[in-house]
Amino acid sequence: MSLLALQSVDAAPWGDPVLTDINLRLEPGEVIGLIGPNGAGKSSLLRLLAGDFAATSGSLRFAGRALDSWPRQQLAQRRAFLPQLSLLNFPYTVEEVVLLGRTPHSTGLRADQDIVRQVLRATDTLSLRNRLYTQLSGGERQRVQLARVLAQLWHSTDMSGTLLLLDEPTAALDLAHQQQLVTVIADIAARGCAVMLVVHDVNLAASVSDRLLVLDAGQAVASGSPEAVLTPALFRELFHAEVLVQPHPNGRQPLVIGL
Amino acid sequence: MLLLLAASLPLAMLLALGSGAVKIAPGDTVAALLGVDRGQASLIVQQIRLPRVLLAGIIGATLAMSGAAMQGLFRNPLADPSLIGVTAGASLGASLLIVAGGSSLTGFMGLSLVSLAAFVGGVLAVLLVYRLASSDNGTSVATMLLAGIAITALAGAAGSLLEFFTDNERLRQISLWKMGGLDGATLPRLLLATVVAGSVLLALPRYALPLNTLLLGESEARHLGIAVNRTKLALITWVAIGVGTSVALVGTIAFVGLVVPHIVRLLIGPDHRTLLPASALGGAILLVCADALSRTLLAPTELPVGIITALIGVPFFISLLRQRHHYGMQT
Repeated sequence: MSLLALQSVDAAPWGDPVLTDINLRLEPGEVIGLIGPNGAGKSSLLRLLAGDFAATSGSLRFAGRALDSWPRQQLAQRRAFLPQLSLLNFPYTVEEVVLLGRTPHSTGLRADQDIVRQVLRATDTLSLRNRLYTQLSGGERQRVQLARVLAQLWHSTDMSGTLLLLDEPTAALDLAHQQQLVTVIADIAARGCAVMLVVHDVNLAASVSDRLLVLDAGQAVASGSPEAVLTPALFRELFHAEVLVQPHPNGRQPLVIGL
Repeated sequence: MLLLLAASLPLAMLLALGSGAVKIAPGDTVAALLGVDRGQASLIVQQIRLPRVLLAGIIGATLAMSGAAMQGLFRNPLADPSLIGVTAGASLGASLLIVAGGSSLTGFMGLSLVSLAAFVGGVLAVLLVYRLASSDNGTSVATMLLAGIAITALAGAAGSLLEFFTDNERLRQISLWKMGGLDGATLPRLLLATVVAGSVLLALPRYALPLNTLLLGESEARHLGIAVNRTKLALITWVAIGVGTSVALVGTIAFVGLVVPHIVRLLIGPDHRTLLPASALGGAILLVCADALSRTLLAPTELPVGIITALIGVPFFISLLRQRHHYGMQT
């Protein structure tokens, strides 16, 4: 059974359609990258899956059950969303912010603190744990928020049945931490967590994703492995950009070079 | 910090019981409280000052805890319980009744009709603000803030219009009512305050965890499994009841609801599990001390207590603001 199944889903949260006829399946442990020009509906798709608004038509099932019929706390134990922007401007410590990710669980403070320590280590924020969130840099804040959503789903062995939605998680990260994010995603996917993320850097998207879904004007225009999707024709049509696509020296993915 | 505040409150109350037009030593105050001494001091402490000091404590606690909850809900450390229109609505309700000539009538349980009108006015204003900010997509706190400002302005204008057309005696009644004061502390009023404000003080801390997640943002709280709209409605209802009651009983006492939670947050951080009870204790201490000063500074004349809360709190607040970067606050 797919973890996530969308069938001819339309969404128009503010009147005009932002997503049209989306069909999608996501299996446990699968990583899917969303790419497309600005305003294509990538964030809207994530927010639809995060429950920020409802589909106007079509069927949207999570673990075999209609998404809007899930009890909210059970859903929060299995689905987490990292938005592009964080509004937090109160002086929580980093540890307090990450601990908030454990809100839907009642695993006890000791277990929660153990998980918090693990996700802090995974996001290289352990040394920041007593700092105030409001005094961090943009990249540090993004890693702390990432740690928070990881803590929401974290399990040291089995994360099957969970879904992590990430909206531009690398936007403020330096190169080393981008690489670290790729490792973390591969790591949780190996434990069964399904991940859907929006990334603008197509090479980063190709390196982290099993499958890419290309959106344009609210519609899915291509879907498949990075090798199949990333072609010069796609970039010409979608981004009006000329690119070279070469095999990556690491032999595992295509490499897109802007001209 | 919580322990320190909890220990300071009885001390503040003891000193407040002893101060006033007739000074009573702390030892005698304790004796009077325990009923050992049956002289004049005992009469003053038990009959006059005890209800008043208790009322000050309860009202101060309610205002400050309501302020802390509002600041969390609006994700804005400058929010204040009066922002959702309750204070202005209560003032208008009271003014209307005074102008209509109902101020001499008594309601039930020793409460004047003016108090009842104030309570009704306050709650109605909040309901109106809430309705204005609600749509099919839920309730927007930003819209609620603006609607609160609009309703406050409207109620203020209507109140001024009433004052403009009424006679001098009623005008004086209105302005005295607005200044507020704890001098009407009778046993029935104290009882009412204890029951109503006491339930607010017990209810609000149950929302500490939802408030903690709301600071991340409303969608984020929803993603963490919080019933955001239900939480919002419950918080607003409890705050309206608490602040409405306190305005009805003692008039508008500004500043406690805004500044006490802010100060407490600077000192112990934004975690509502400690912030809410600590704010309540801080508010109680501030209002008990302010009331004691208001009775002693110009004894036997009493100053309006709102003047004293501002005079004590503002310098303390400003000194904290000047070093707020130590506490990580940005706004």
